[in-house]
Amino acid sequence: MAHDHDDYHGHDHHHDHDHDHGQDPPSDMTLRVRALESLLVEKGIVDPAALDAIIETYEHKVGPRNGARVVARAWTDPAYKARLLQDATAAIAELGYGGRQGEHMVVVENTPDVHNMVVCTLCSCYPWPVLGLPPVWYKSSPYRSRAVIDPRGVLAEFGLTVATETEVRVWDSTAEVRYLVLPQRPAGAEGLSEDALADLVSRDSMIGVALAQAPGA
Amino acid sequence: MNGVHDMGGMHGLGPIDLEADEPLFHEPWEARALALTLAAGAWGRWNIDVSRHERERIPGPDYLRMSYYEKWITGLEVLMLRTGLVTPEEMTTGQPQSGVAKAAPPLTAERVAGSLAAGGPADREASAPARFATGDAVRARNLNPAGHTRLPRYIRGHAGVVTRHHGTHVFPDTNAHGGGEQPQPLYQVRFEAAELWGDIAQRSAVYLDLWESYLEPA
Repeated sequence: MAHDHDDYHGHDHHHDHDHDHGQDPPSDMTLRVRALESLLVEKGIVDPAALDAIIETYEHKVGPRNGARVVARAWTDPAYKARLLQDATAAIAELGYGGRQGEHMVVVENTPDVHNMVVCTLCSCYPWPVLGLPPVWYKSSPYRSRAVIDPRGVLAEFGLTVATETEVRVWDSTAEVRYLVLPQRPAGAEGLSEDALADLVSRDSMIGVALAQAPGA
Repeated sequence: MNGVHDMGGMHGLGPIDLEADEPLFHEPWEARALALTLAAGAWGRWNIDVSRHERERIPGPDYLRMSYYEKWITGLEVLMLRTGLVTPEEMTTGQPQSGVAKAAPPLTAERVAGSLAAGGPADREASAPARFATGDAVRARNLNPAGHTRLPRYIRGHAGVVTRHHGTHVFPDTNAHGGGEQPQPLYQVRFEAAELWGDIAQRSAVYLDLWESYLEPA
């Protein structure tokens, strides 16, 4: 007997991608959050315009393009890179980024000998001002559990093979310090502008589960 | 607490589920859940360690089943009730108690940008000299508190080397339980994979940020 798909209704699990059916009733989570928001607004606990402003910030202003600009600057300006590795919080603030979940930043540099990757095994700590909100996989049990014990296996799941002679360093964000990976500058990117370089820098390359893209790739 | 949230080093939790072109929020309610949590936190009735611990206290089977923002909402509801921002009757009926004047939200739209830009720094003035220095050999103590801690199980009893002194930071283990900030020196410590994982170790190392009372000389 076919498994009844109705078993999954109401869980709002992120695998439920078919939520464009106009006739579907709102999910349990939709109703629950709507009820809480309505109560808190009526009581004057929260300002609905402030909620909109928070969402707008992370949808349109704060995201991995910020981090990519930091990386591109470090690739083109050796003095900036030195400051970034010495005091990342201050160097990132030079470009106008900082604040919540990025109060204490450390940048770790990939080299031919060292590959860095970031995890939070205990929850979901992530450098919001430079990367925005974390993707689901970063907050998921499989990544959190295995990144520290099997980093090369985890990287392989992302399609990344790190040379056996390269040391993999895993940064487990257990305090309020947030880590950003400075990927290696790809070969063939010498003549590119800072903006063009930033386009080669993906979110995943700054978490350390990917490399920066090669130009023209 | 030795909960399922402390999952570093576990096997068997499935493959990593990668999603191409992942949206920032998968449902509109996730965005509202994030914003409600931040806006309600602006009342200052709890701190980040309290809210983290509240999510850890979600029973293990539920913790593993729930989506990320469902955990956030679950934690937020508990905190609203415990701190009296919402009464149990209000939570049940969804209606404000009659006869109570409407409050003024501390976080208005105009204040959002400034509040997010300010964040909540955790560093504090040092009140005592740091016990350890970069290069010192240390061992993570075998502590098993029933409350909040940021000392993961997978390093307890293992030896590492201090690689950086971050200054003095708020201590989560007390701050999560009404015991105050009790700031301590915070160190970055490197653990060799072979020290943690033995025979199956890869050519790798794990770095963690650990408070002074988590550590002893090795």
